[in-house]
Amino acid sequence: MNDMRIVERKVDTNEVKIAAKDVQVYYGDNHAIKDVSVEIEDKTVTAFIGPSGCGKSTFLRCINRMNDTIDVCRVVGDIMIDGEDIYDPKVDPVQLRAKVGMVFQKPNPFPKSIYDNVAYGPKIHGLAKNKADLDNIVENALRRGAIWDEVKDRLHAPGTGLSGGQQQRLCIARAIATEPEVLLMDEPCSALDPIATAQVEELIDDLRKSYSVVIVTHSMQQAARVSQKTAFFHLGHLVEYGETTTIFTNPVDPRTESYITGRIG
Amino acid sequence: MPFTWLVLILLAIATIGFILGRRRALNSAGGDRRELHSLPVYYGANVAMWAIVPAATVLIIWMLAQPFFVNSRVLATLPDAMVSEGSSIGLVMSDVRRVADGLDVAVQLGAMSRAEAASISTETSDVRERLGEVGVALGSAVSPEVLSGAQRYRTLNAAGSLLMTVLVLLIALGGAAYAYSKSTANFRARNNVERGILALLIAAASVAILTTIGILFALLFNTIEFFKLYPAADFFFGTNWAPSFSGRGGSSDLGVLPLLWGTFYISFIALLVAVPIGLFSAIYLSEYAGPKVRSVAKPLIEILAGIPTIVYGLFALLTVGPLLVSMFGKDTLGWMQGGTAVMTAGLVMGIMLIPFVSSLSDDIINAVPQAMRDGSYGLGATKSETIRQVIIPAALPGIVGAILLAASRAIGETMIVVLGAGAAARLSLNPFDAMTTITAKIVSQLTGDADFASPEALVAFALGMTLFVLTLGLNVFALYIVRKYREQYD
Repeated sequence: MNDMRIVERKVDTNEVKIAAKDVQVYYGDNHAIKDVSVEIEDKTVTAFIGPSGCGKSTFLRCINRMNDTIDVCRVVGDIMIDGEDIYDPKVDPVQLRAKVGMVFQKPNPFPKSIYDNVAYGPKIHGLAKNKADLDNIVENALRRGAIWDEVKDRLHAPGTGLSGGQQQRLCIARAIATEPEVLLMDEPCSALDPIATAQVEELIDDLRKSYSVVIVTHSMQQAARVSQKTAFFHLGHLVEYGETTTIFTNPVDPRTESYITGRIG
Repeated sequence: MPFTWLVLILLAIATIGFILGRRRALNSAGGDRRELHSLPVYYGANVAMWAIVPAATVLIIWMLAQPFFVNSRVLATLPDAMVSEGSSIGLVMSDVRRVADGLDVAVQLGAMSRAEAASISTETSDVRERLGEVGVALGSAVSPEVLSGAQRYRTLNAAGSLLMTVLVLLIALGGAAYAYSKSTANFRARNNVERGILALLIAAASVAILTTIGILFALLFNTIEFFKLYPAADFFFGTNWAPSFSGRGGSSDLGVLPLLWGTFYISFIALLVAVPIGLFSAIYLSEYAGPKVRSVAKPLIEILAGIPTIVYGLFALLTVGPLLVSMFGKDTLGWMQGGTAVMTAGLVMGIMLIPFVSSLSDDIINAVPQAMRDGSYGLGATKSETIRQVIIPAALPGIVGAILLAASRAIGETMIVVLGAGAAARLSLNPFDAMTTITAKIVSQLTGDADFASPEALVAFALGMTLFVLTLGLNVFALYIVRKYREQYD
């Protein structure tokens, strides 16, 4: 397939942003994630791939402690961001989530205007000095979300009135507005058409300049297109993790090879 | 008795028709049900339907029409002199009916033979005394015209009932026979039964709608009647409510404003109590409470909705009223004269409304998609920030609907007001004064022994109409709000 253009991309830095060690996740009695250790680098796009139910989304949600909102979920092991254990009792999960933004599978704009959607995070965290400052933050976020030109004339129209692709870019802009250091994306393109997907992918590549981006995807072409590092999950295990080029051209583990060639999954 | 029998016979015809129709269809297919267009029961049901539905329709229409017909025939035979002499036609007719009923009772008890009841005359015996013996008390001696009218009434009714029975049975048999003749393998019984069921559902829906329209018209006509006797401007803009029961005439002041004010004031206080408590408990139950707490607490709150309002009234009269007097009464602040006050009724009504607000709001908040919560938590919002800024705005149209529904309940509430707010109609700002509402006054205007044609009684209909228009307006407004915002927040 022509889409499988695997480009040699230089990874800007090798500084580790997120380090997970022996992470186990349980949903009640169900052992969903088993012994996952991974080091995710800063200013890099890391893709999590794997068949449905392999635990990649669960692991992603551990990184900003979104799993805390699920009663039966229990996380064991260490996840460090910038050397700080995020499951330390001293860490406030609410503050953590401001630092680790998240974009979801289905676009979920709030039932508010486009402006208020983006201003939501900055308002909550008190990031703006005044109204003009807030306007600036909103404009910047929308520009970086590559949606400014489409919505600048109707900032006060409801965010739910946008098309699916625009809504997803609005949600990305909303996540950027709180100035996170890490951006987690849980299948951000699965509800979008190919054109909107291309726009979002372009955006992801652009975001890499400032953030560490972790993206869960079911599309191997997408993983190949946007990521520098790829992790393959299978049945709760992290099977293989490495340079995207290596994973897709020369995988070490036979399971990875079977998956990317379409034999399992 | 004959009526019960008639119904039983109808049901028997339907049952036999069902069995026969089913059998005939099966036989026509040579006993192989796979050859039939529809399942055998459909053929049976089709016959039963044809037996009952036309016959029952005729029965109902006949029973509604017969009294009118008999009345007009009997009325025509009564001499005009009788009517002009004394009171109205209605009174004479009610005399006739009472005597006719009395004769029925006498025949039934065996005190009179059928022939005697038909031939008895005022010249040969004292009808009043004879009827008195079987327990039918008549106000005055029976005049010969009334007696003959009553006898005619009886014969007409008897003939009508007989004719009706025969006609209904014939229609039932005819319908069953028609459907029976059609019960062959190719007949689409299933589709026919389907249409029958559709008709049944439409009929059920129409009953509800027609009843509403009927009630509306009854209110409307009586309201117009009232405005003929009492000027509309005085009713709508009068600030004094002082009906007199001494007699007809202009001695009554029937201004609706004090009642309207009382209604709104009490409802306002009730909502002031119910909305915050109900909404907060809904938020707690849907967002914070664990499944165990929720499964216990929600039914407990909903029990409040099941308490009869008269019990709330007692609670207002015996508990809340005295409590408020001890806090704001003569001995302390001196704001409150007695236990019955706007505040008493409002507080208790507010408690009554809590489950309406909380239960509906809880459902609505639960219906807000989890994706909204995730989105907000993912941006680093706390639970209460999420609720305040995302969930409540998303659920707002539904919550407004719930509040307006509670408001309709508050405006229409009667028992709590009667017992808790007193009976004095007054325009006052002091929430510790006794006041009263539209509903409470409707009760008191109609439960007295005022003449039904006097403005003092008819005003109840005008009040009812006002109330109806108010709650209707509130409901329309609620729908408008809900629709308007639903477009925006999908």
